[in-house]
Amino acid sequence: MSLLQLPAFGKARPWVRTAVLRPELGSLVAAVLLLTFFSIASSGAMLEIPTLARVLDTAWPYGIIAVAVGLLMISGEFDLSTGVMVGTAGALLGVMATEWGMNLWLALLLSLLICLGLGLWNGLLVVWTGLPSFVITLGTFFGLRGANVALSKYFTGDALIENIDEAAGFDSLHAIVATVFGTAPSDFRVSLLWWGGFTLIATWILWRTKIGNWIFATGGDREAARAVGVPVNGTKVGLFMLTAGAAWFVGVSNAVRYTSVQAGQGVGAEFFYIIAAVVGGCAMSGGRGSAIGPAIGALIWGIAFVGIPHAGWNSDWRWAFYGVLLLLATLINHIVGERVRTARSG
Amino acid sequence: MTTEQVSAAESDSSAVAEQASDVPVLEVRGLGRQFGSVVALQDVDVALRAGEVTCVVGDNGAGKSVFIKMLCGLIRPSEGEILLDGRVTEFASPRQARSQGIVAVYQDLALAPMMSLWRNFFMGGEPVKGWGIFQRFDVGYAKEAMQRELEKLGVNLGDPDRAAHTLSGGERQGLAIARAMYYGARVLILDEPTSALGVRQSGAVLRLIRRAAQRGTAVVLVTPKPQHAFWVGDRFLVFQRGRLIEDRRSETLTLESLSYLMAGGGEVDELETAIATA
Repeated sequence: MSLLQLPAFGKARPWVRTAVLRPELGSLVAAVLLLTFFSIASSGAMLEIPTLARVLDTAWPYGIIAVAVGLLMISGEFDLSTGVMVGTAGALLGVMATEWGMNLWLALLLSLLICLGLGLWNGLLVVWTGLPSFVITLGTFFGLRGANVALSKYFTGDALIENIDEAAGFDSLHAIVATVFGTAPSDFRVSLLWWGGFTLIATWILWRTKIGNWIFATGGDREAARAVGVPVNGTKVGLFMLTAGAAWFVGVSNAVRYTSVQAGQGVGAEFFYIIAAVVGGCAMSGGRGSAIGPAIGALIWGIAFVGIPHAGWNSDWRWAFYGVLLLLATLINHIVGERVRTARSG
Repeated sequence: MTTEQVSAAESDSSAVAEQASDVPVLEVRGLGRQFGSVVALQDVDVALRAGEVTCVVGDNGAGKSVFIKMLCGLIRPSEGEILLDGRVTEFASPRQARSQGIVAVYQDLALAPMMSLWRNFFMGGEPVKGWGIFQRFDVGYAKEAMQRELEKLGVNLGDPDRAAHTLSGGERQGLAIARAMYYGARVLILDEPTSALGVRQSGAVLRLIRRAAQRGTAVVLVTPKPQHAFWVGDRFLVFQRGRLIEDRRSETLTLESLSYLMAGGGEVDELETAIATA
């Protein structure tokens, strides 16, 4: 029984059609409205370059992972282990480079392989057991949460791994993942380019490759997709590896940027990625969404994070704001989905 | 599949139309399937010919759906063999069966509701252009090829960017059948295509099925409605309790005798006797 009673109709209205085909539009409108709102509330301070630099610097780590989580959500699955995976990637890189004296580039490659392996584990468990990915990745989440800190303490004697900048290969890696353009406070990290590039590539994959069609089909109707020959299990496993890989990128970028890693980091962040994906128009039930939408969802978090204190409000309201936004976005998604279902049976 | 291969598959389907219809496209011998100790189907011998509509009828649990699922590679037979053009073959997956020209259109029509028509049309068989990491979904070709195939079957669905959920039941069938034909379906398996449709749309879909057969496809139609089967079918396979009990051509039947067979044949007599003596 649906909570929302909607009138059935045979033909979808134009706005439903737009919402189905361009689900990220709503979040774009929301982002523009919020930026306008906070600009007025902060008497223009919101639009100054240092403020915008902070907005983007807050948003990018969420953005990169949210894009991957969004694609996974379109295929009909969740990944709750992405937050702690950031800590795993950073801790792996840190332990290998500082305790074992490994070249950072080698540590980078090995940590990537381990993270992809964890993503593979998530994916294979989901497709083999048929259990909800919510439960399986929650298990991985707790497993990693414990392992990150325990292993880091075992190898380094501390949950804080420091002095990554003393490892071989630091300068070249730093140049690639953490270069700064401009001077503080108007500084922009190269990470933003990675974020933008990743979003563009993900958009390309989703809209213009057959893998993209498989992602939509897998989440849209799994059995139908399987029946016409879409490799649904392979698609899902690949996407779990993608979310793990995105978390790895953020983890190692931060490790190099701050030259230290807090092994317990990332706990709780998994919800932000999911919220960003939903706010960006990805349907929790799968089958609909975009790659640019989750990126905009993360940008909205950046706008709120910086905008709320600029408007003179207590910064604790950020959380409440994001909660409300999640509910609104889910409600809109639900209404669109409900219209689709009623139109289908009508 | 590249654009060239797709066009090749397309011309294949017209070549099939010229083939003599007495050569079975697909044949099964001694086909059977058990699930644990339950025998779902046993000893089925059938030859499917190009240009014929073969109706599969029978009660629930008679083995109809296991039969068609084995034909299209969704279920593997535990006994017997499947012959394609006279050669023994095995289908490891629906994808493989489909690559050999055996396409199933299911009750749910294998359409993802929120995807556009052209995305649905090429789901699982996306035409691509370019190579390496620049290989991409050939969108322009996809839209054009879909429209061309729909026109051939006389189906007009309008804007190819429509989401599939906006289609009516009959339109959905049209899209699914056109999709199957596009892939050079030599054997087209339809599972209760008219079960959710009104009279007018049913008629349109049945005409589509005839048109597909005229183009040289061997059509396998599962339907519980005698009128629909009789109007469109050349041949009727009646299943009962996991066995093929009748294999009749349409000339040997009337609508009444078909209805009797479809209702369970001898079982109806048993039922009447049981009621009378109770």
